[in-house]
Amino acid sequence: MKSYELGLWVFMLAAFCGYEVISRVPVILHTPLMSGSNFVHGIVLVGAMVALGGAHTSLEKTIGFIGVLLAAGNAVGGYVVTERMLEMFKSSGARGKAQPAKGAH
Amino acid sequence: MDSSVFSRETLIQASYFVTAALFILGLKRMSSPVTARSGILWAGAGMLVATVVSFLYPGMTNYDLILAAIVVGGGLAWWSGKRVAMTDMPQMIALYNGMGGGAAAAIAAVELYRGENPGYATSSLAVVGGIIGSVSFSGSAIAFGKLQGLITKSIRFSGQQVFNLLLLAAALILGAMVAFNLSATPAVITAFFALALLLGLTMTLPIGGADMPVVISLYNALTGLAVAFEGFVLGNAAMIIAGTVVGSAGTLLTQLMAKAMNRSLGNVLFSGFGDTGGEAATGDVTGSLKPIEASDVGVMMAFASKVIVVPGYGMAVAQAQHKIWELCQLLIDRGVNVKFAIHPVAGRMPGHMNVLLAEAGVPYDLISDLDEINSEFETADVALIIGANDVVNPVARNDKSSPIYGMPILNADKAKNVIVIKRGKGAGFSGIENALFYLDNTRMLYGDAQKAGSELIQAIKAVG
Repeated sequence: MKSYELGLWVFMLAAFCGYEVISRVPVILHTPLMSGSNFVHGIVLVGAMVALGGAHTSLEKTIGFIGVLLAAGNAVGGYVVTERMLEMFKSSGARGKAQPAKGAH
Repeated sequence: MDSSVFSRETLIQASYFVTAALFILGLKRMSSPVTARSGILWAGAGMLVATVVSFLYPGMTNYDLILAAIVVGGGLAWWSGKRVAMTDMPQMIALYNGMGGGAAAAIAAVELYRGENPGYATSSLAVVGGIIGSVSFSGSAIAFGKLQGLITKSIRFSGQQVFNLLLLAAALILGAMVAFNLSATPAVITAFFALALLLGLTMTLPIGGADMPVVISLYNALTGLAVAFEGFVLGNAAMIIAGTVVGSAGTLLTQLMAKAMNRSLGNVLFSGFGDTGGEAATGDVTGSLKPIEASDVGVMMAFASKVIVVPGYGMAVAQAQHKIWELCQLLIDRGVNVKFAIHPVAGRMPGHMNVLLAEAGVPYDLISDLDEINSEFETADVALIIGANDVVNPVARNDKSSPIYGMPILNADKAKNVIVIKRGKGAGFSGIENALFYLDNTRMLYGDAQKAGSELIQAIKAVG
């Protein structure tokens, strides 16, 4: 039972941590950040792997397979779209260096 | 326990520890535009470490199945994620999120069907995570379908909320029977998951398209929670920490979004506004719409000292952001002070418009959000409204009978001249007549945003 108590502490601290990390985010990053946090819960993949790795009956294997399939989709898809969005965020300073003619404003 | 198993266990735990730290640091970096790009790389590195190390779990079998599922699921997601247009990003996030919820539910299902009761606390957590994950899975699928235009109707019937409550109660009772080992037969477990999936459908179907972003964000938070609960079941600290962080961050993000849209979460979930043209209050609007030619607008902007562009979803649909940025670059080169004013719900979800503008190459420091820019409209010579409607409607400030009364809006009406680029004379997403279009200082430039943009570029070049 000790590990459960420890788990509860971790749960509480992680909850506050998530709140703090996000609390000062500007609106311009809401969509990428939602996508980024969507990627982070893709960690469910490791759980699904363990579940499928311990599956014995064909029913367990089938459900476990679907689980890993979906989890991999969550992790990979979440990463790809977040990276695509964030890659585009550039300041006018950076743009000015690339295209000096148009950087003045 | 032989020593090699012990050291493997240590390696796995140490890697999960590093992963959790990388996730939190990554999210932190993602909350500032300067470091955002590196944030996703950090989080990605964490995910890679955790995934690779999980293959070393002692006693694992079915490696072939695991690899096949990762390759197929990951491959499809990679392919679709690379191809999706930026305008379709919200529904894609919904889809990937739903997959995560489904995976959490699948973990719960494997553990429950196995039937080795690991203790009431553990099975209760598996059951709760299973319900939340299932709801997130089927609900996100509906959200995807609605935003993608596959589901166009919002299905409502009287007593729907009572029905949903009964459904939830039934799922909880079955879940309790399973968790407390009263009757954990495969049939009961199957019925439990079927009810939970059905609940996700019936909860999401009545919600209108305009409210979908809030719902997607909510399901994102719920998936995080489900992952955390299944993390407890598996004794996996990385899942507990990452899931909980996303759960709380997602809840905060959901609140911020709902606030930006002037909707409470209760309103979104339990009432049916947010539908196109639902309760169109046509308000008393006086005056007439005054058209203008592109050449006149070109001259007006070329000799302005300050222009504020207000883009809306209409611009994104017309894929006009590149043209509009080209136009703005011409103005900037002439010495005009150009800024973009973004309403929190200018795209499909808060921040979506920023992504679309970034795609066109607009630097983020030219883009201001509502609080920063609203005082500046008074000093602007031209406010150029492109495909935006409700977010600049002054009735939200002064007409208490309007359904959008109280919603924060961009005060574009305070600018000296207001130019509205619009396809036709229709009302906005909410079906409400826009008083801004009838003001004395407003002129309408009719046409598709793409075409109007080209005409304006020609007009400004003609000024020389």
